[in-house]
Parts: sequence; structure tokens; C-alpha cells
Amino acid sequence: MKLLTHNMMRSHCKGVVNGFPLKLSSSQVDVKEIEFNPDFINRMLSRLEWPALVQIANQLGVGEGLPEMLPEEQKFEDEDVLKKIHHVLLEVEVVEGELECPETGRKFPISKGIPDMRLNEEE
Amino acid sequence: MKRKQLESYLEEVNQFSSPKLELEQYATDSHLAASVLYTMESSFGDLQDKIVLDLGAGCGVLSIGSSMLGAGSVTSVELDSDAIGDLQDNVSEFEIDNIDIIQGDVTSDLLRPDFKFDTVITNPPFGTKNNEGIDMKFLDRALSVVTLSGAVYSFHKTSTRDFILRRMEGRGLNVEVIAEMKFKIPHMYKQHKKKEVLVDVDFIRTSGKSSSSRGS
Repeated sequence: MKLLTHNMMRSHCKGVVNGFPLKLSSSQVDVKEIEFNPDFINRMLSRLEWPALVQIANQLGVGEGLPEMLPEEQKFEDEDVLKKIHHVLLEVEVVEGELECPETGRKFPISKGIPDMRLNEEE
Repeated sequence: MKRKQLESYLEEVNQFSSPKLELEQYATDSHLAASVLYTMESSFGDLQDKIVLDLGAGCGVLSIGSSMLGAGSVTSVELDSDAIGDLQDNVSEFEIDNIDIIQGDVTSDLLRPDFKFDTVITNPPFGTKNNEGIDMKFLDRALSVVTLSGAVYSFHKTSTRDFILRRMEGRGLNVEVIAEMKFKIPHMYKQHKKKEVLVDVDFIRTSGKSSSSRGS
């Protein structure tokens, strides 16, 4: 699970209001090198929940150099900053761990890089 | 990438290792997949550098083809564990690094509503007596997470075309059938005596009014 994917998911347990951001605990995190595309990263920015991205990056120890806030125009010119965001969004992979619904505490396992968001019928 | 080349790659995508009839699992034909993906990119520019979502990805022909045609990222949602195993094998065999998989029910609310995708693709189950309208649920889910300027591509039985077109037009959306094809669907219902049936299928593009569209 890339941190980009964490940023687009929510908990959908019964009665949940926002269900976001899902809390993360991880036991294995890998880094894979991926081709850098600055235009793609810039187009992605307006869709992200920025504080949640910064928070999770800091938690995993990869947040250094990540701006605390998005500029108003939701674009970065500085290539180093874009590369940093690229790294955090796409190159950091949570392989084993657990997501947790922020409201109900329901846990969702992450195994072999795939979060399992299935719920039982009564949930 | 040339269409022929894409097709020959997609032929190498492994199909469902343990298909489940109740989930209507049968692989999207590689020739058809290559053809529709190629149209999405060459006629509409809907793949290159785009943020793509594949709902009900199965063993991943459409996700992998989207990535090959230059998608910036592909998110593949799939419910079934066996299909996900096949999808994962395919992704690693092709050494694709920008597909991320979420296991979950496509019709549930597992995506944050504010995160919008540029392009959403879905080859939904067409539905049987027990889950009639499931393809519309997939389509509605797709429409709820696409940007205003983006596009949703979906496969539907041609027999439901008028219903879908009317419904989408009723919501003020642009909708067009961009390809007509036949799906070979393996024995799915007990009353079928044949091993497989040929079903007429439309490939439909739905977009907001603001989006540019061929012929409008």
C-alpha cells in the first residue's frame, strides 16, 4: 500500500462520519524506486488531504523535507520538493501492517502490500 | 505503444486461476481489452499521466493495460482473494510499479469522497436474478469518484443500452457508446446448456458536460 492509496481510502464501518484518516501501524515498510513525473505530482496535489499525508509520512520517518502546508495555488515549482512528494506518495510501500478506523477502532489488516477493507454483513 | 504490441502483452496476462461463477469472473478478452484501452488513449487522451481507478479489477487486464499506456497511477479495487492473488502475480510478472490494490467491495464507501480520479474503468458483473442492477451500482460508484473533467468507461449488456443512456442523459451527463463487441461468457447459469454464450456488450464512455467529447 502506497501512501497515496492511504490518502484516498476511508473506513466505511456502519455509523462512521468521516472515517478518515485511517490510523496505521506497520511492521514492514519497503521503498521502491519509481520514475519521477513532476506534472503528474502537481496534478495530484489538489486531491490530497495534505495534513494526513504529512502526518503519516512523519510517522514512518520519511516526512523530512515535506512542506507542512500546500501553497494556495496547489502547485510546487521546486523540483526537490516535488521529488520529495513523489517519494512519499509513490515509493514508500507499507507491506505488512494494520489500518484502524479512527471512529470505531475496527482494524483492517495489510498483508503483502494489500489493505483488506472487507466488512462483515452486520458491520 | 502500438495497439498490436499492447495486445500481445495483454495476451500474457494470466487469467483467473479459480474463477467463481457467483462473482461472474471471466477475464476480459485480451484483444478486446487492448482495443478499448487503445481507443481510450488515442481518441480521448484518458490514460497517459492520468490518475486511474479500476473497479472490480479481477486478474487485472484493464489495470495492467492502463499502466502500459502511460497511466500515472492505477488503483485496482477487487473483492475476491483468489483474483487478487492472480492480479498480484500479473503485476509482478510485468514489473509494473504504479498499480496499487485495495481489497474490498466496490459498492461500499471505501474511497474518500473528496479524492477524485481522472479516469475510472469498470468491467462490472452484469448481474443475475440475485443481484440485478449490480452493473449500475458499479457505474454509480465510478461516477461518484471521477473529476468533473474526467471520464468513466464501463461495459454493459447491449440489452440495457437504452436504459443506461436515458439515465445518464437524465443526469445531464455526456454518454456515448464507443465500441460494440461480443463477450464469450462461460456457463454462468444452470439453465444454460451450452458451455459458453455470446453476449452483445457495449463499451460506454460517460463524462461531465464540461468534458470535451468526440462529436459534441
